[in-house]
Amino acid sequence: MLGSVRPSRALSTLAALVLTGAAAWGDAPRRVVSVNLCTDQLALALAAPGQLVSVSRLAHDPDSSAMADAARAYPTNGSGAEEVFLLNPDLVLAGTFTADATVQMLRGLGMQVELFAPARSLDDIPDRITRMGALLGREAQAEQMVASFRADLAELSRAPDTRPRAALYYVNSFTLGDQSLAGAILNAAGFDNIATEVGLDWGGALPLEQLVMLGPDVIVRGRDYPGQSRAEDNLTHPALRTLTETRVAGTLTDRDWICGTPQVLNAIRDMRDLRLSMQAAQ
Amino acid sequence: MRLALGLSALVVVLFIGSLISGYSQVPPWRALGALFADDGTPVTIVMREIRLPRALLAVMVGASLGLSGAALQGYLRNPLAEPGLIGVSGAAALGAVLAIQTGLSLSFALALPLAALGMAVLAVLLILALAGPRGASITLILAGIAISALASALTSLVLNLSPNPFAAADIVFWMMGSLADRSFAHVWLALPFMAIGWALLASVGRGLNALTLGEDAAQAMGINLRALRLRLILGTAACVGAATAVAGAIGFVGLVVPHLLRPLVGARPSALLWASALGGAAMVLAADIAVRELLPDRDLKLGVLMALVGAPLFLHLIYKTRKEMA
Repeated sequence: MLGSVRPSRALSTLAALVLTGAAAWGDAPRRVVSVNLCTDQLALALAAPGQLVSVSRLAHDPDSSAMADAARAYPTNGSGAEEVFLLNPDLVLAGTFTADATVQMLRGLGMQVELFAPARSLDDIPDRITRMGALLGREAQAEQMVASFRADLAELSRAPDTRPRAALYYVNSFTLGDQSLAGAILNAAGFDNIATEVGLDWGGALPLEQLVMLGPDVIVRGRDYPGQSRAEDNLTHPALRTLTETRVAGTLTDRDWICGTPQVLNAIRDMRDLRLSMQAAQ
Repeated sequence: MRLALGLSALVVVLFIGSLISGYSQVPPWRALGALFADDGTPVTIVMREIRLPRALLAVMVGASLGLSGAALQGYLRNPLAEPGLIGVSGAAALGAVLAIQTGLSLSFALALPLAALGMAVLAVLLILALAGPRGASITLILAGIAISALASALTSLVLNLSPNPFAAADIVFWMMGSLADRSFAHVWLALPFMAIGWALLASVGRGLNALTLGEDAAQAMGINLRALRLRLILGTAACVGAATAVAGAIGFVGLVVPHLLRPLVGARPSALLWASALGGAAMVLAADIAVRELLPDRDLKLGVLMALVGAPLFLHLIYKTRKEMA
């Protein structure tokens, strides 16, 4: 009986049809502007040709951006509200640490601003990819990217025989623990993080004294930035040279460690190779 | 004599205290044992490479700042004269920052203390020119405010222009000073300059004593005022420049210490010099112990503690001298 379909249900069915239809074909954003290094890279990897209009300035910096080469095809923005607004985007991609005033201003001007929180674990990465795919209307590509990420990760992080103790040691004696992306990379590559031994789950200050006393098997140092700063002195302190049992590994490539993108696989691969070379040396 | 012994004992006790305080909980006797005999554990590295240079620098920096404060106050006959307050430390920090940011200190290590010393000389000359030979409080303080503000603004500018993302965070270090994770490289870098500064300032004692009677009387007593002035300028700049180049600008040491010790030495400027050097060493050692014991994992800056003690005293001194300033 045709007449027995209630109007409200008909309406909601219609609404559902319209919504799914929109997601599938219609209203994928056509002018996307990214103002955050990490959303830059996810968008670069997933956007359709011509969909991405501008990336943040950092995206062109090969020290910070793992996709600097791909990013060079796109003009950069300085992440300011005025600049972004004049690009006339229909979707703005930002990080949760993007200046709040900028985000509120753009929203006030009627833009759709989507905020991505920094990844804290490897599990966050498929979530970020899937969300970016949905926002850009590129679900299929995102699904494919997630699948290959999971497969590569499983291959790279097979359980090692022994787990050496490692310390991540950055400028100003900062370290990161297991609850951070860098800590997750370290764990996946088969290391135990000494930050956990001193109760730094997320990260924090690891005084040089404490680092020396803990005597990790390897110290992975943050990279040397251009120019000079006194804050970097701790990375070259003479005490580090006197630790005979500890290997002070070269500087890690920041760009693969910062963002929750499949690029972290490069970081895991580097660290796994370091672990294998340490075992071979023993 | 009793004062000298007492202050020396205080410095020794605080020096040992500095050696046994730190982030890692090592029993004091074991820490000191590891300092003298290499026991093959990381404790020896901690003691020899981290804590010993830190304690030595605290003594050197404190002595330099206390001595410079006492000498400046004696020469200007004004208890408000202090390297930090009158902008000498700030200018030295600017010199150090310029040496680091231009890369000069990488190619030539001595460039760091030399640049700090050069800017400190400039600041002392400016102060003496502006404040005049009698060092009237109002001109001294105003000139000091201007020089401090200019030096700290230029320091911030240089650090903000740096391509290094951490340079801007260094502003706090250069303004407030810290001895965290300094090494023997810094001790050897600063020591020659400080030694020259100590020698120069130690030699002005007799002149400062004579100056208490006024310039004419001093000259009549055979004091060469121009030579005295030159030694004071170079000595202060060498002390403050070297101290600031390795530890940042630590304020108020040269104000608080001479003020506390002046009654104990009978207000004789020459006696106040050595007493303030010992007192300054004790004060910086104590402050450096305090920053590690109060907030072990925060790298609290020495200047914060100094200002907490020094600023109220500074206000008190201004209150006392307000008649002169009015």
